[in-house]
Amino acid sequence: MNQPVSKTAQTADAAPPPTPRVRGWRLAWRELRKAPWTAKIGLFLIFCYVFIAIFAPVLTPYGESQVVGQEFEPWGSQYLLGTDALGRDMLTRLLYGARNTIGIAFVTTCFAFLIGGTCGILASVLGGWIDQILSRVIDILMAIPQLIFALLLLTIFAIYIPVIIVIIAVLDSTRVFRLARAVTLNVAVMDFVEAARLRGERIGWIAIREVLPNITAPLVAEFGLRFCFVFLTIAALSFLGLGIQPPTADWGSMVRDNATLITYEDITPLLPAAAIALLTVSVNFVVDWFLHKTSGLRDEH
Amino acid sequence: MSTEKKSNDKDDVLLEMKGLRIEGQAEEEWQEIVKGLDLVLHRGEVLGLIGESGAGKSTIGLAAMAFARPGCRITGGSIVFDGIDLMAASESTRRRLRGVRIAYVAQSAAAAFNPAHRLIDQFTETPVQHGIKNRSEAEADAKDLYGRLLLPDPDNIGYRYPHQVSGGQLQRAMTAMAMACQPDLIIFDEPTTALDVTTQIEVLATIRDIVDQFNTAAIYITHDLAVVAQMADRIMVLRYGELVEEADTRTMMSHPTADYTKTLWAVRSFRKTSPNIDPQPLVRVDHVTAAYGNVEVLHDISFEIRSGGTVAVVGESGSGKSTAARVITGLLPPKEGRILFRDQELPGDYRKRTKDQLRHAQMIYQMPDTAVNPRQRIRDIIGRPLGFYLGLQGKERDRRIRDLLEMIELDPDQFIERYPAELSGGQKQRICIARALAAEPDFIICDEVTSALDQVVAEEILKLLDRLQRELHLGYMFITHDLATVRAIADEVVVMFQGEIVEHGPKHEIFTPPHHEYTELLLSSVPEMDPDWLDHVLEERKEKGIMGSVSDS
Repeated sequence: MNQPVSKTAQTADAAPPPTPRVRGWRLAWRELRKAPWTAKIGLFLIFCYVFIAIFAPVLTPYGESQVVGQEFEPWGSQYLLGTDALGRDMLTRLLYGARNTIGIAFVTTCFAFLIGGTCGILASVLGGWIDQILSRVIDILMAIPQLIFALLLLTIFAIYIPVIIVIIAVLDSTRVFRLARAVTLNVAVMDFVEAARLRGERIGWIAIREVLPNITAPLVAEFGLRFCFVFLTIAALSFLGLGIQPPTADWGSMVRDNATLITYEDITPLLPAAAIALLTVSVNFVVDWFLHKTSGLRDEH
Repeated sequence: MSTEKKSNDKDDVLLEMKGLRIEGQAEEEWQEIVKGLDLVLHRGEVLGLIGESGAGKSTIGLAAMAFARPGCRITGGSIVFDGIDLMAASESTRRRLRGVRIAYVAQSAAAAFNPAHRLIDQFTETPVQHGIKNRSEAEADAKDLYGRLLLPDPDNIGYRYPHQVSGGQLQRAMTAMAMACQPDLIIFDEPTTALDVTTQIEVLATIRDIVDQFNTAAIYITHDLAVVAQMADRIMVLRYGELVEEADTRTMMSHPTADYTKTLWAVRSFRKTSPNIDPQPLVRVDHVTAAYGNVEVLHDISFEIRSGGTVAVVGESGSGKSTAARVITGLLPPKEGRILFRDQELPGDYRKRTKDQLRHAQMIYQMPDTAVNPRQRIRDIIGRPLGFYLGLQGKERDRRIRDLLEMIELDPDQFIERYPAELSGGQKQRICIARALAAEPDFIICDEVTSALDQVVAEEILKLLDRLQRELHLGYMFITHDLATVRAIADEVVVMFQGEIVEHGPKHEIFTPPHHEYTELLLSSVPEMDPDWLDHVLEERKEKGIMGSVSDS
């Protein structure tokens, strides 16, 4: 700044003005204030879900699988949303269900991204026969309907939560692989990647330092969507009895356990389903906003 | 197309813009990009708009149709086309004019054509849609125009898809499409910028003829002064959305008044100073043959690069000049032949080369935008080779980054923390140069390093490269299709055509006759500032019977 102007090149082409250096939380806050109302609602609801998931034991006086009253008691002051088929408090189960279902879905999605993302980036950076083998294996995995494949594997292996997590993570990583591979291909042909190759950089540096920062936006957006799908898969498996096992509370199995109530014109069994739907919509609101922002950035190039 | 002929219809104003103001959106703020421009165009007149990128040329061109690109808006002024106030007119009125009375020819025909439809279907779309002609009349029209535009096999070429014709042909097909409704005004937005010189000359000639034949008015947008001198009756020089100077083409070429115009005119005057070249070859390309799969793209190429000297490799697209660079860097191992560095053979595959071998040969790319990682700061971009090759860390590395930034004439304090998006094209190219220098190489391959830059900026980059060569005694291999660049910076010239070297020698020899036939064609196709240049060349070629470019056959 304090150097004489003549030292700096007098380039005739105008440089875009340097953006003010707002980073971290202040930047996030500024972006948030400009966000559309759908994204704000989505973020608020997600925040509520996370809050409930973390503080479930504090929010309710009953235990997760504690039998507190008669079966199918109606809504009332003692049991706000009544009780279920075994006389457990419905609200308590809902709150704990948030913890279990969201927690497991989150961990599963992280695994799916770790597996799919790593393989996808490596496949397209390395190319050649490694790409061929990985891609064909993924094709085979994707050829079998996901839910049926998951059911099949779960009947082969025992139904433990870690097994469920690994199976769904592997099956969902196929989708992540395809996305990661596709977006990496776009970046891997850029001159700066070629420059890094010619510099003699190792594959790890190219994948993590050159490629990954340029594909985080689509991957983060995909993470949100993938989370919803994993979440729904777990709920579906639980509904079918092959997911999270009782007495652990889970929204999918709660729908199934209390399904009979629907015939008595009681909407209680639909509440866990509504909880699933609301979370899915919230996540999609946020993802939409994020995608819009990042694709807007891409337009400038 | 002479100015005298046009002067008799001076009163017949076709298009008039007054106090035109256009704003563009950047970072969610509106900034004025055209600042109160007045423009008058008469019937049958060709107006040249020139200026560097960001001058607002294209925006003004589109505004002639009362159209603003997404992210732009017309905020003030009037646009009157043939008595119709376009600013007040409804969108449907404007739409009836577009394509029918005002047509537009875009820079990249390849991107402007829909690849899924045949040329003639796209030609007939506008006249049929607007109910001017029926399908068979429009098709007959298309064939007639294809013939006038000298496209080969005019009766059948329309039934091809865009990818089945060459770039020059596609650009002419697009001009034909613009003529489909015999408009009163055509806007040409850099129609030849993406073409090779040998193709460009034909497109220029045909555009000029057709505009003349139909007495169409045209706005010709370009950054190339020599081109505009051939095409326009009158020239407007623009900068930062404002008019700098406006005059008759001949007056403008011979007596520019504004300082800015003078710098534009003087831009191709740079010549490198007498070099200090080693007699020993630094890099030897020894009888190299290379192929992509089964397609052989280089046939038995040999040349040498010396420390302190520049070898310019010239040729049009597809001539194999970039492939030669890929072979030298090891991205494409040669099928036959070898690459020697200081008399030692380099492995054909870059992955088998040692760190030191890689360090000695650096590369600067054509597109500075894609050559630097947008997610890395300048500090990291330049710092990485320092750490990677030389093991510099911490303070030492920081000091060296600052030295390098000063060497490329960018203020370290101001630039070291920036991201590439906060730099202009020329500055980014400087960063690429700094990154190459950071490796302390002996030899740099410059692949069309100035072709994506404005002429004034390009000249600064050439001067910088020349200075660095003298200071650091570097050897350059300079790949280019632009003979003006060759004149400026080369010591030796290699002319390539279809994967072979057709001529090779010191610069002064290449530029003095007798030439190889292809070199002759290449040299004579480079537009000159003389407004009569195109006429002379075409006449000469007619006599010799070499109309029809080699690349387009």
